[in-house]
Order: sequence, then structure tokens, then C-alpha cells
Amino acid sequence: MPNALAVRNLAKRYGSVQALRGVDLDVGEGELVGLLGPNGAGKSTLVKIAVGLVRPTSGSAEIAGARAGSRAARSRLGYLAELFRFPGWTSADEVLELHQRLAGSRGGAAERARLLELVALSDAAGRRVDGMSKGMQQRLGLAQALVGDPRVLMLDEPTSALDPVGRRTVRLLLEELRGRGVSVLLNSHLLSEVELVCDRVVILLGGEVVAAGTPLELSRPRGVELETDAGTTRTDGATREDAPRLVAEAVAAGRRVYGVRVLTSTLEDVYLEAVGGETS
Amino acid sequence: MIAVWTIVEYGFREAVRRKMFAVVIVLTVAFLFLFWLANHYVFRDLSTISPPADVHVDTRTFAGAFLVGLSMFATLFLGVVLAVFLTLGVVSGDAERGLLQPLVARPIGRSTLLVARFLGAAGVCVAYVLVVYFAGVLITGLTGHWYPDQVVWPGLELAGGVLVVIALSLLGSVVLSSTANGIAVFMLFGAGLVAGLLGSIGHALNSHTIKHASTIASWALPFEALYQDGLRMITEHASGLTGFLLQLGPFGGAYVHGWGIRVWAVAYVLIVGALALVSFARKDV
Ligand SMILES: Nc1ncnc2c1ncn2[C@@H]1O[C@H](COP(=O)(O)OP(=O)(O)O)[C@@H](O)[C@H]1O
Ligand SMILES: [Mg+2]
Repeated sequence: MPNALAVRNLAKRYGSVQALRGVDLDVGEGELVGLLGPNGAGKSTLVKIAVGLVRPTSGSAEIAGARAGSRAARSRLGYLAELFRFPGWTSADEVLELHQRLAGSRGGAAERARLLELVALSDAAGRRVDGMSKGMQQRLGLAQALVGDPRVLMLDEPTSALDPVGRRTVRLLLEELRGRGVSVLLNSHLLSEVELVCDRVVILLGGEVVAAGTPLELSRPRGVELETDAGTTRTDGATREDAPRLVAEAVAAGRRVYGVRVLTSTLEDVYLEAVGGETS
Repeated sequence: MIAVWTIVEYGFREAVRRKMFAVVIVLTVAFLFLFWLANHYVFRDLSTISPPADVHVDTRTFAGAFLVGLSMFATLFLGVVLAVFLTLGVVSGDAERGLLQPLVARPIGRSTLLVARFLGAAGVCVAYVLVVYFAGVLITGLTGHWYPDQVVWPGLELAGGVLVVIALSLLGSVVLSSTANGIAVFMLFGAGLVAGLLGSIGHALNSHTIKHASTIASWALPFEALYQDGLRMITEHASGLTGFLLQLGPFGGAYVHGWGIRVWAVAYVLIVGALALVSFARKDV
């Protein structure tokens, strides 16, 4: 079975701006991959190429084996754009109906009601978009992306306008989708969110992949810290396996040990190291 | 096919639900009322207008043609305003506002999307132009008992003129921002009108250069030529001095006319449309 998304040596130049410089990235079937990186790293550009909004300068992107942008590729996708809007004169239900028709979904009113419920907008089905808060519009956008039960989802900063409760809703939703075997590429700058739900993380900087792996692989050991009567000492490079020996050595040297801590880097540390302190 | 109809319908609903539509309707009603007032006074006073005894001018035809010509100009103008407002931001404008991306990501192709947007705007504008045109003809007919020599064709040509403007505005919406596109289309529209007036003057003065320039403009901007051809047909059968005077006026005359310009207008819409499709296919949104 081909990968849900396969990106090979992808490059994109907008005039004088080189947004992507040879990116390789895969989202396996049923996998949830987080794409991280500071503003301007090229995350949205990568997603836009995958959904066919932007044409790559070189390299390739395929959705389940079909060239990105082709009709076959688009018919498998659900997409939530980073900056999007639905027409102010439509209601939530009409937005979903329009997209059902465009996606060829036969789900009807039942699907629309289910999706609105999923994003906690059941009460707003008849509400016009121009009377909705930004957060409600983003949740409607998420429901729109799920129309027709797509096997592949591209979500570009789906929680940027949401409050903590809304974010939690999205996180639970992502977990449910993973349970159903949907493949997801999630652009986000919320590290905790990505750490909690993603199978794999790819960090992009200046149009290049600078780190990739599971959250566990990325969080490397950073040493062991001992708290003794002589103060706190840190042994860089030591791992959990070294902890008993380090304690024994300290005791043998006549120290009184009050505490021992194994240090591992969080995704945040990895991220900050990878992007070299560039602000997001 | 379902996708085409979905987008056409989307265009209809967008047209009708935006505030702009209400403004156009109010303006149209105001125009038709004023137009009725003008007809009322012109035809009431018609008997008191007496040309010099030795000049044979059919004052009723003259007044009727002038008034219908006036209403045709207003219809074209209002139709173009509507067409431009419906289409000026269909691609770049909607992409900037984020309205376009969710649609383009769907399986419907970009070409289908743009063609459907054309059909949607065309449906609204053609219906609008025909209603206003026939209302104008009816007002003059009922108040002044004068009907154009050709009733149907001028209306169709006005509608055709607006279709040409829709095609230009859609092409502009792909390559220009909304504001730039709105300005560009109205400048082209103004240029067309000026060229038409210039043509009338050129023929009156029998200036070869002016006639030549006006002919080129008519082919380059066929909405103007269609409108002029429509004007020509409302007094197709007027002859003698009446005909001559009508040709001179600002609402008279057409020097590029008939099937040549009609066929060219269709080809023109297809060429402009093809350019729009090609540029849209290559565009990053
Ligand atoms: N349509 C565009 N035209 C010109 N430059 C663009 C365009 N879109 C993005 N860029 C540039 O490409 C780079 C990557 O942008 P983007 O993919 O939006 O990054 P991210 O989503 O990671 O913030 C940025 O420098 C941005 O300014
Ligand atoms: Mg982005």
C-alpha cells in the first residue's frame, strides 16, 4: 500500500523566496505526523503543494500514489487551510452541504449533523458564518475537512484560534481519527499538542527538514543530576543505566545523596535546539 | 456536472444574498421610475414640438428612439456594474480572503470551477439586463406608443455585451487583485464608450482617421460594438432626415455591425475565457 503522503526532494520558489529546499517526508497509512517549525519555515507551502493549491518548482508529492493536485489525489483528501474563510452569507449547515456536493459525499443531513456535533457546533447549524466567532469558524473548517470521510487529512494550524477547551476537543478528535485509521499531517506550533498525539514529528527550518522521528526518539538523554551535600552536580551524556553507579560512587566518596534525576530533553528542547532559537 | 451546477448555484446565492444586490435593485427601480417620468413629459409635450414647416422629421420616432437609446445605455451601464461586482474578485480576491482554497482543494477542477463561476454570473446578469431592457421598451411603448423596429435583438446584444465584460472581468480576477481589476474593467468600459462616441463624430465629420480608430476599438472591445449595433436596430427602418439625425446623436449609429461582430463577440469570449483558464491553472492560491 502506498504511503498516504510521499514527498520527495520537494522544492518551491516564490519569486526570490526559496520556501522549500528539497524536502523528503512520508505519512504512512494511518499515521499521524506533526510538522513543526517557526513562521516562514515552509510548512503551509508543503501542505498547499500536497493539496494542489501550489505548484512545486521541482520534486514530487503523491497522495496515496496519485500525483498531488490530480483529481484522484484531491478526491482522497480533507483539507483545513491555515487562512480560510467561508462566505459570510452562508450558514454552517450550508457550508457543509456545499462541500458534501463537491466531495461527492452521500452522507446527507445525518453526516452534517454528526460532523457539527463532533466539533461542538450542533447549536449553530443554522447560524450564518458572519455571526460566528473565529474559533467557531475554525471548528466549522475542521468539520468541512472531514466531509466525505477522507482517508488523508491535511490540517494547517487547526487550533490557532481555539481556546484550551477547543484544543482539547481537537486533540480527542485526532485520537479518534487515528483509531479509525485516517492518516493525518498536522501543522502546528503548539509543541505539547503535537507531542501528545503525533506518532512522528518532522521539524522544518528554512525549507529544510532539520529533525525527524518519534517524540521518544527525539527526546534524547541529557545526563544525570545528583543532589548531594556538596551541591548539585550534573554528568552530561549519562543515561538512566548510569544512575545507580553514579550514586554508589558519590556515596563511596563520602557524599550524602539527597536526590538523583535522569534528564531527558522534551520535544520543546529538541525543537529549540533544532531551530536555533528562531522565534515562531 | 453536479459540481458545475453546485458552483453555479453558489454564484446565484452569493449574488442574491450580498448587500450589493439590494443596492443594484434599488438603483434599478429608481432608474426605471425616472425613465418613466422622462417618457411621460417628453411624449406629453411632443405635440408642442414642431419642426420648421419644410423639414420632415418624425418627432415620435425621434423621441422614442432617443429615449430607448438612453434606457439601453443605462441598462448596459447597470448590467456592467453588476457583472463587475459579481466577478471582480472571483480568483485573486477570493484567494486573498481565503474563500477560494477550500473550493480548489475539492475534486472539482479549476477549469470547471471557473466556467461554473462564469455561468453563474452570466445567468444573473443576462436575466437582469433582459428584464431592465424590456421594462424600458415597455415604458416607452406604453407611454409614447412607439416601439423599436427590432425589439428582441437589441436586448440580446446588450446581454451579449455584458457577457463580454464578465469574461474580461474573470480574466482580470485571475491576473490582478480585486481593486486593480475593478479599475481596469471600468477603464476598458469607459474607453469603449468614448470610442463609440468618437465613431459617431468621425462619421459626422467624415474623418477617415477617427473612423478608423473607432473601428479598431469596436473590434478590440466588442461589448461596445454590440451595444452600438443594438442602437442601430431600434431604428433600422427610419429613413430620410429622421434616420440621419438619429445617426448623429450620441445614442445613434453603428459602423461595425451585423453578424460579423456577433460572431466575433462569441469568439472573443472564448479566447478571453481560454486565457483565464490557462492563467488560473498555473496560479498558486
Ligand atoms: N504566495 C507567496 N508568495 C511569495 N512568498 C510566499 C508565498 N507564500 C509563502 N511565501 C513565503 O514562503 C516562505 C514559507 O512560507 P510558509 O509556507 O507560509 O511558512 P509557514 O507555514 O511555515 O509559516 C515564507 O518566507 C513566506 O514569506
Ligand atoms: Mg503556515
